[in-house]
Amino acid sequence: MNNNVVIGLEIHAQLKTNTKMFCGCRTSFGDKPNSNVCPVCMALPGSLPVSNKKAVTYTVMSGLALNCTISRYSKFDRKQYFYPDMPKNYQISQYDLPFCRNGYLEFFCDDELRKVRIHRIHLEEDTGKLIHTGDIMESEQSMVDYNRAGTPLMEIVTEPDISSPKEARLFMFELRNLLRYLDVSDGNMEEGSMRCDANISLKNPDGTLGTKVEIKNMNSLKSLEKALEFEINRQSHVISSGGIIIQETRHFDERDSTTHSLRTKEEAHDYRYFPEPDLLPVVITDEEVMSISCNLPELPLKKYFRFIEELGIGKNDASTLIFDLKLANFFDECVKCKCSPKEAVKWILGDLTYFWNEKKIEPDSNVFTPLYLKEILDLIDEKIISIRQAKEVVEKVFEMIESPRNIIEKLGIKQISDEGFLIDTAKRIVEENPKAVQDFLKGKKNAVGFLVGQLMRETKGKASPEMSNKIINEILNELSPKE
Amino acid sequence: METKKFTIGQLIKGYKNKSVSPREVLDYVFSNIKLYEPKINSFVTLMEEYAYKSVESLSFDEIDSKPLWGVPVAIKDNMCVNGFKTTCSSKILEPFTPIYTATAVQRLIDAGAIVVGKTNLDEFAMGSSTENSAFFTTSNPWDIDRVPGGSSGGSASAVAARFVPLATGSDTGGSIRQPASFCGVVGFKPTYGTVSRYGLVAFASSLDQIGPFATKVKDVEAAFSVISGKDEMDSTSHPYVFSPVDKNIKEYKIGIVKELYETEGFDSEVLDSLNNVIRLLKSEGCKVDFCSLPHLQYSLPVYYLVATSEASSNLARFDGVRYGLRVEGKDIIETFLQTRGRGFGSEVKRRIMLGTYALSSGYYDAYYLKASKVRTLIVNDFEKAFGEYDCLICPTSPTTAFKKGDKTNDPLSMYLSDIATIPVNLAGLPGISIPVGLDKKGLPIGLQIIGKPFNDNDVLNFASKIESIINFEAEPSLLGGR
Repeated sequence: MNNNVVIGLEIHAQLKTNTKMFCGCRTSFGDKPNSNVCPVCMALPGSLPVSNKKAVTYTVMSGLALNCTISRYSKFDRKQYFYPDMPKNYQISQYDLPFCRNGYLEFFCDDELRKVRIHRIHLEEDTGKLIHTGDIMESEQSMVDYNRAGTPLMEIVTEPDISSPKEARLFMFELRNLLRYLDVSDGNMEEGSMRCDANISLKNPDGTLGTKVEIKNMNSLKSLEKALEFEINRQSHVISSGGIIIQETRHFDERDSTTHSLRTKEEAHDYRYFPEPDLLPVVITDEEVMSISCNLPELPLKKYFRFIEELGIGKNDASTLIFDLKLANFFDECVKCKCSPKEAVKWILGDLTYFWNEKKIEPDSNVFTPLYLKEILDLIDEKIISIRQAKEVVEKVFEMIESPRNIIEKLGIKQISDEGFLIDTAKRIVEENPKAVQDFLKGKKNAVGFLVGQLMRETKGKASPEMSNKIINEILNELSPKE
Repeated sequence: METKKFTIGQLIKGYKNKSVSPREVLDYVFSNIKLYEPKINSFVTLMEEYAYKSVESLSFDEIDSKPLWGVPVAIKDNMCVNGFKTTCSSKILEPFTPIYTATAVQRLIDAGAIVVGKTNLDEFAMGSSTENSAFFTTSNPWDIDRVPGGSSGGSASAVAARFVPLATGSDTGGSIRQPASFCGVVGFKPTYGTVSRYGLVAFASSLDQIGPFATKVKDVEAAFSVISGKDEMDSTSHPYVFSPVDKNIKEYKIGIVKELYETEGFDSEVLDSLNNVIRLLKSEGCKVDFCSLPHLQYSLPVYYLVATSEASSNLARFDGVRYGLRVEGKDIIETFLQTRGRGFGSEVKRRIMLGTYALSSGYYDAYYLKASKVRTLIVNDFEKAFGEYDCLICPTSPTTAFKKGDKTNDPLSMYLSDIATIPVNLAGLPGISIPVGLDKKGLPIGLQIIGKPFNDNDVLNFASKIESIINFEAEPSLLGGR
């Protein structure tokens, strides 16, 4: 952590509503350009906006999850500027009365619980997209796709509480995870459904704040961290070589991880905000806030502490689980099915994750259910299958999409625990391998492993490893000269 | 057909007893328009073919379920009708054809009305004379050298010339009532929110209101009861349900707005006409008194700050990117500038600049915010007055129709012609103008009746009672030749 760095973030998250902020058009992506448009989102003359109630609810949900105060009286305002992909040439946004204010988000950074304050959260509409033919500077014409125009956009503004690029990344990671838990945004930075601008300044030697620079266009958590690292170095270098930092907006270039000046603040817009007269002010009642608050899901940090404190899971495993809601839910389901939490975690983060990844399916896809894991753990406990066989069964479940018990029935996977049979076979193997016995007698303990392996091979892997080990050891010990 | 009988009530009666068919009425409408339209210029677009087709699809079985069955209606050309140009009498929208119909228009059509054309207006409804139309100036049927008022001058003149028995207008600061007054017809601006604004090209969203023109109060009432009510497409629309009242004139306590009586600038003949109304009301046993609205004097400046601020924002969408006029420049900024520079007329530009200035940082508090606060004071004045009076009355306009060109170079004097109507929009109240007499030049004088919010039925009932006492039967001399 660097006490001289001051970072604040502005995050735009597209909300996962089915329809746009002010009309009934679909919000889906990748559709044919200008196929999800109507008179309202195209701002045709005479069209009027009508607010999406779900988007308001999602914003209030996010505010509550981020410990904000929810405004009981809010309104929409118009933010005016001319831009070809903005149909009305004003954006319906919020100015002085946003839905949420004064919250915070807690997250771990270097094993320490950090808190970053949230200044405000407001709701606005997204713009369309300009598509340039060829190079942006050279192209003769630009085309506009208005499919995105009017998509609900939630803007979260932090206080300048972040003091390192890493912390910024972890904050964004936690925030994204939180929004995914709330199921209000898919938080996909690469696809632009979550966008982040950073304001960064270095403190002067006397402790006062230096000039603030804004960085835009960071398309991943990694590039956010890189951009900030570059910018800290750049600013330190400018200051140490006697220069001054100018207030400007800089663009992050992914290709060489540098930032470039986009525009200086002198060109700042006069947005001429005024209350949107086409929409009535939004009144949110105590009952509504209460009802949304009661329906909030368990949030990542709370889940993390519950996994550790109530279920006895290790910190690292708990973090891995909560970073993926589907994984965490799968784990919770397993615990509900009475799986031992520690065993469940081992299997989930081990073999199951391996196969989920390999088969490219999600934990909630019902191919491998929590009940299956319970069956497998029971089969091991009942000594019907070995751990090794259990791994084989897991693989088969993903292939055959059947229950573990059906699979062991069909494929005859079962461990041999018939003691008499195992002793007879073991004796035969010991007789057939005099060299191994000699080695053992000479003190080479790994000869035991070799003989157990032979026994396994003889039984096609079905012998109980535990019993095999015990029997071989007993036989060999009997052969040892008695002192 | 007798022009005096060219009302909704008479038409429906004729249809029911089969003395006339909607087709015959359309024949009459279009032949009349062809005869007199060259002198009046009410219409930007005539929809003859569409109208005849619509008539064919009318079923006589529905005459009782559709209150405007077979009633020809003209639509102000700032309201969208699917498939027909909606120009707002502006070059920038000249090529624009909407793919949707304004809710109010759709409700008229659903009630059986036959749209016959789109009427001329001051560009984007900004003006008080219809001289700001980018296409042509409409004439007042009472004297074709005079203006019909504005901005709904096309609609008012179409009803005055008896081209149609019903027309729609939009009223942001008096654009229905003032031309109704100038043209000797009835024009009604309902309570803000009772009629959906969806499909009305916005001028100033917090003031705009759609309303009807007709020759009789009963007819505007019939139209209003059809077009009013909640619309899911306009979130500021109100779930208002119109129910007519029939109260005796004696039951009303009426306030005469002192500030719109004593102030200079009101023609003596206009005031004489008001005095005549007052005398008749008193003789009918109606309580009439002077009442004061102390902040009314600030209405004009407040209006021109609020309306232009909203207009500057509402008109920002006309940039040549998606529809309407586009004048190519060397880059996108140049295209914006060229398109807007050539597309908008001077009055529209003046108001966009005024509004942009009023909203810009450093001026917002002094202008827009201050205006919003004074607007609240004006609303409070009305509220206080309505604690005592059922309706307020005043002249609709300080003068009768003025000559074309008289005020075109003096925007401030033009703005003054809306001094009595503007406060009603600022407060969102229902207001109606009815003809109550003629001045010495034979030009109609209008009386404005203002009511409490959502008491539109009271306003209409009271207007209807005065109408029957006054019994205004005069018609433009133009029609004498019929």
